[in-house]
Amino acid sequence: MSEVLLSVKNLRAWIDAGAEPLRAVDGIDFDIHRGETFAVVGESGSGKSMTALSILRLLPDAAQIVSGSVMLDGRELMGLPESEMRDVRGKRIAMIFQEPGTSLNPVMTVGAQIREVLARHLRITGAEAVRRVVQLLEGVGLPSPAHRAAEYPFQLSGGMKQRVMIAMALAAEPDLLIADEPTTALDVTIQAQVLDLLRDLQRTRGMAVLLITHDLGIVSGMAHRVAVMYAGRLMEVADRAQFFGAPRHPYSRKLFESLPGAASRGGELAVIPGQVPALTENFTRCRFVDRCDVAIPACREGEPAMTVLAPGHSVRCVRASEPATTYGGAAAHWDAAEFGKEPQPDALLKVSGLKVHFPIRKGLLRRTVGQVKAVDGIALSIPAGRTLALVGESGCGKTTAGKAIIQLIDPTGGRVELDGVALNELRGEALRRSRRDYQIVFQDPYASLNPRMRVGDILAEGQVALSDNRDPAAVMDRSAELLRQVGMGEESLGRYPHEFSGGQRQRIAIARALAVRPKLLVCDEPTSALDVSVQAQILNLLKNLQRELKLSYLFITHNISVVEYIAHEVAVMYLGRIVERGTVAEVLGAPAHPYTRALISSVPRIDAAGGHPVVRLGGELPSSVNPPKGCHFSARCPQVRDDCRSKYPEAVALSETRTVNCWLHGI
Amino acid sequence: MSSAVVLAAFLLVGILDSLHFRPALAVGTESQMVARLKGGMPAQAWAPEVKSVLDELLERMATRKERTYSAPLATHAFSKETIELPGGGQSREFPRLQFGGAHLADPAEDWSGDILRGLLRGVALALVIWCAFTALLLVAVRPSNTLNIGEFADATWKGSTDIPWRAVLVTLGIVLLVAVPAWHLSANYHVLGTDKVGQDVLYLSLKSIRTALVIGTLTTLIMLPFAVLLGMMAGFFRGWVDDLIQYAYTTLNSIPGVLLIAASVLVLQVQMEARPELFPTAAQRADFRLLFLCLILGVTSWTGLCRLLRGEALKLRELDYVQAARAFGVSNWRIMMRHILPNVMHVILISVVMDFSGLVLAEAVLSYVGVGVDPTMISYGTMINAARLEMGREPMVWWSLASAFGFMLLVVLAANLFSDAVRDAFDPRVSVVPRKTRFALRSQRAGN
Amino acid sequence: MISYILRRCLYAVLILIGVNLVTFLLFFKVNTPDDMARMQLGSKRVNVEAIALWKADRGYDRPLIFNAEAQGVARLTDTLYFTKSLEMFRLEFGRADDGRDIAFEIRSRMWPSLMLAVPVFLLSLLVYISFALLMAFFRATYLDFWGVAICVGMMSVSALFYIIGGQYLVAKIWSLVPISGYAGGVDSVRFLVLPIAVGVVGGIGSGARWYRTIFLEEVGKDYVRTARAKGLGEFAVFYGHVLRNALIPILTGSVVAIPLLFMGSLLTESFFGIPGLGSYTIEAIQAQDFGVVRAMVFIGSVLYMVGLVLTDISYTLVDPRVRFE
Repeated sequence: MSEVLLSVKNLRAWIDAGAEPLRAVDGIDFDIHRGETFAVVGESGSGKSMTALSILRLLPDAAQIVSGSVMLDGRELMGLPESEMRDVRGKRIAMIFQEPGTSLNPVMTVGAQIREVLARHLRITGAEAVRRVVQLLEGVGLPSPAHRAAEYPFQLSGGMKQRVMIAMALAAEPDLLIADEPTTALDVTIQAQVLDLLRDLQRTRGMAVLLITHDLGIVSGMAHRVAVMYAGRLMEVADRAQFFGAPRHPYSRKLFESLPGAASRGGELAVIPGQVPALTENFTRCRFVDRCDVAIPACREGEPAMTVLAPGHSVRCVRASEPATTYGGAAAHWDAAEFGKEPQPDALLKVSGLKVHFPIRKGLLRRTVGQVKAVDGIALSIPAGRTLALVGESGCGKTTAGKAIIQLIDPTGGRVELDGVALNELRGEALRRSRRDYQIVFQDPYASLNPRMRVGDILAEGQVALSDNRDPAAVMDRSAELLRQVGMGEESLGRYPHEFSGGQRQRIAIARALAVRPKLLVCDEPTSALDVSVQAQILNLLKNLQRELKLSYLFITHNISVVEYIAHEVAVMYLGRIVERGTVAEVLGAPAHPYTRALISSVPRIDAAGGHPVVRLGGELPSSVNPPKGCHFSARCPQVRDDCRSKYPEAVALSETRTVNCWLHGI
Repeated sequence: MSSAVVLAAFLLVGILDSLHFRPALAVGTESQMVARLKGGMPAQAWAPEVKSVLDELLERMATRKERTYSAPLATHAFSKETIELPGGGQSREFPRLQFGGAHLADPAEDWSGDILRGLLRGVALALVIWCAFTALLLVAVRPSNTLNIGEFADATWKGSTDIPWRAVLVTLGIVLLVAVPAWHLSANYHVLGTDKVGQDVLYLSLKSIRTALVIGTLTTLIMLPFAVLLGMMAGFFRGWVDDLIQYAYTTLNSIPGVLLIAASVLVLQVQMEARPELFPTAAQRADFRLLFLCLILGVTSWTGLCRLLRGEALKLRELDYVQAARAFGVSNWRIMMRHILPNVMHVILISVVMDFSGLVLAEAVLSYVGVGVDPTMISYGTMINAARLEMGREPMVWWSLASAFGFMLLVVLAANLFSDAVRDAFDPRVSVVPRKTRFALRSQRAGN
Repeated sequence: MISYILRRCLYAVLILIGVNLVTFLLFFKVNTPDDMARMQLGSKRVNVEAIALWKADRGYDRPLIFNAEAQGVARLTDTLYFTKSLEMFRLEFGRADDGRDIAFEIRSRMWPSLMLAVPVFLLSLLVYISFALLMAFFRATYLDFWGVAICVGMMSVSALFYIIGGQYLVAKIWSLVPISGYAGGVDSVRFLVLPIAVGVVGGIGSGARWYRTIFLEEVGKDYVRTARAKGLGEFAVFYGHVLRNALIPILTGSVVAIPLLFMGSLLTESFFGIPGLGSYTIEAIQAQDFGVVRAMVFIGSVLYMVGLVLTDISYTLVDPRVRFE
């Protein structure tokens, strides 16, 4: 390994939060070498973003670096006067952020924003700057760069904005690029593009990258070295091969075990019990000890020091030297017995030709000039006690479809039949009464519970509105029972949502939906706002509930690993239509539609060996106002043929349970 | 995730803790006024001949009128008058006041000593009351399970209690220190002087508080149901309901407020003129006019809050918990009451308190323009209006004007600070608490 | 975009019709011309003939909406609604009670009002923005804290105090400028300095505090962090990024007030004896001259609607996000 570029020693950054400071970053050390990608991985609140901001001394007003040293090429950054620090920012160390949408100035053209860097650090202005901007934009793969340079951020898509951010960061040719969750806000196919770009740039320029992420899959595909951060401290630092071959810290291991996927389908996912300790504490023990299942008394006698196991591999654990387990590389293996053999039960939910169109009004008289075809004729069915996953990227209409099925949005056309009752034909009281049969769980646990209602009232609301259970005492009993069902104590009844963590709130939201004993539960990305260890808890819970209560799930998600773990059947949506559906084994094991194939291969995989066959999609998701003629996917399809562009393909049955809409499978 | 929640909670508590010396001031001043309001309200309700408790308390101020101006705490009138000397001649001198310092044998000699004695006695009394109250408070609000009295007193002294009792007590002390001596002195003097017709200015100022509060609260009460209901409906139902409500408030908004008020009050005057039989007494007329003024102020001021709430409701209706309630088939009305209303309460609270201070200021302006309260009613507007002409006198009569402005400033400032504190509690981002050199001590420790 | 603005204009006309109806109801239905006449004539001389004469003299002797006695179109036009209310759309306001033409008065009194209001408007914007920028720049320091404290204090003081205090201090004690009055031409500066200063100072409290909130909102945004990460200095960040974004709501929010500048300022004008539209309005209110009040209400709402449309247009000019939609 070459020389050390950046060396961080005993860095502490605290946040001012009342009586006791929050020790967000609590003494971390690491080195980044020239030309390597160093990944810091951790769950939300572990302090990884604060670490990145501390290096650039860009902490928010409420936070402050309390101690530590950051040496860049042997030069201490912490003591530099602000004016010299500014010469470091953007020139030596550049940074890109999680939200490309808000990280660019909305009222400046992207070209002007890049030129600012050129003028500041390289003193390049005028025509030369314009030329350089075009070069830079070209370098990050932005189509028609000269034209784009004159555009404003809102005219670009999320992926393009992140490319612009990267171009801006590279403008002054920094030695180190800090990428703080650079793809978290992007769809998987776009994420794959941006990651590829970052990897190429890093390789060709020999630039060092500090990659901050929560996704082990991304780490696996990008990093040379990995650091695991927990509650403000690094718990394990290792080379990629060492780390993915045999993670040694119990926390690292748990992170792997709690990842959903085909391999863990049969059983429960590992969970990390308890919660991250309050960071106001001045730790005199291992900070993971309360959640660790291999803890020994020694763990509580002082915080363990970093133990060096091998060159480049150190672990902060008193039991570090014990034998390791191997992870990663577990190929998806589909248990044939699970699929197809048992007789398919009758469908509980049957949806056919479901359409949701939103009118676009324009002009003097607000005439309808077009339709946003959010959902454009989808058909699906879910048997009792089964899970259908509806998969697609953002904007494909999957959430709208879910809401239309449970009649939260009026469908424009089609039929939704639950247990033989056509829901879309019900009105007024009949519709209201039917609602006890189908409920919904939302994505954001923070927005889905009314902050001004006690948990007891939240759980009672549905019962009072829909079931005959009106007696307050009986409602209370039922609410307590519901809480037990989702693994929470009944003392929660009198508390407010803000007293609970994200995972607990999601449990409450599930309990609320179960209160009216529904047959169908629409789960709208119920785990995508949660950390992996918490996600594992919720997935386990959903699976258990399904077994006990014979629930059917319509599971809306963009996360393929979750689908692999929890779903029986899967339907892939693209631009308002289902392009392929079938059992999980069929679709994910051997995808037939080019889009499904691309989607699956875009998902970053943990892969100790590195490198798996890749289908990369170019371009962006087209608008559903003006979908491409013919097959909607034809504009991005790597296998496109002439006939694809003329007519939308009909569904072709590949097996009893499987259909695909693609000309490649035409009769 | 939980750390973020903890962080937010800590931030909130921290900001509240350091901000509360201001709300406490507001609370202190307001509770004091509420007490007066309670005393003052029934009196004016509809039967002017019944005296209020305040009137009762201030009777000595109200009844002991001088003939004309006198300076604060003066013993002699402000202007020379021609006095018939016992011997038959005339002399121009400052006559003794009928009441101000009338008990003094030789005003020039005794005056300062008497004032000082009065002040001291007042201060002593104030301190006694304050101590009693502090003791009472410590006993009453102590968290019963955690601390004994001594510890709680200690915590209060250090300002480390959850509710900043220290700030409450300090404010209370200041209020008492000002009020009690003033009250004590008012037995023998006109503490703030007298106005042109010899009325005690302190008395007028205290009476005006009520007018200001009535205008502030009544107007708010009138406009609140409209603003809240219509705003929420517009945002929640959208469609034609929204169009209609938006049209209504844009129309009202487009008419300049002062002009609409002026026009309406003019119309009212004409109507009252035309039907004198409805208002037999002047006091009834004044009260009716006040009521009408509140009504019309309410009509012109609901649009702002309505628009604000419409925006909030538009946001809230898309939130998941509202969607979840809809998935349960909960009725629209219930959703508005249980899900939307509680979550816009802080918006309502902030805007109501801000409106309140605006209305108190507006009253003065309107009264000046001539479309405010009835000229016979005691209010800051009428006081300022009357005192304005005195500016030209040489030497100047300043106390009347200064009292009116001073008291108004106190009321409005208290309301403004209170609304600020509420807003800071809900939106810590715009908080103004300066950050000290934080962690200075701790960082050394951490560095070692 | 053009169709959007056209739509807004149509909406404005719709609103004006609403305003027109409201004022008509208020001035002619609730408060009949008979009442007005009685009021104006005083209770002593009231008799039926006097009222009739008064009404005829001022053109109030017509039916409200429909004139059954007239012929053809006149059935609709020879009515109170048409002559007194609809005519206003042609800017025909009739005569004031003292017999002068209201439209003429408005035209001639407009200029002193503008002489006062325009400098106040521009200076205010400048002063408030600079103050707010200063506070936001030094946010979370004692400068900011005391700045806001002073703002809150200043906004708690009655506008009357600023006027009276200003007159007393500057004009009476220091005798720098005349207390009140007005003269045309260059001379007017002497009379206008104090009212302008009072106008600006009186609004600093609420203005600067409000703009500070807008600035702080922008300072907290992600793109500001990006700008800092580029290595830009704090001044460049504020000037190049924060100010530019914050000016959008500030400027577009101010546009609505521009047309209303014509209306002048009620208090300032009357205290300083400036013969503008503000003092005209006050005099009319105090003289209970309904014709003038009605005209001012109408003009006020027209100007407000013009302001709203201008706001929409200004948005499309300064905000690229709206411009390109």
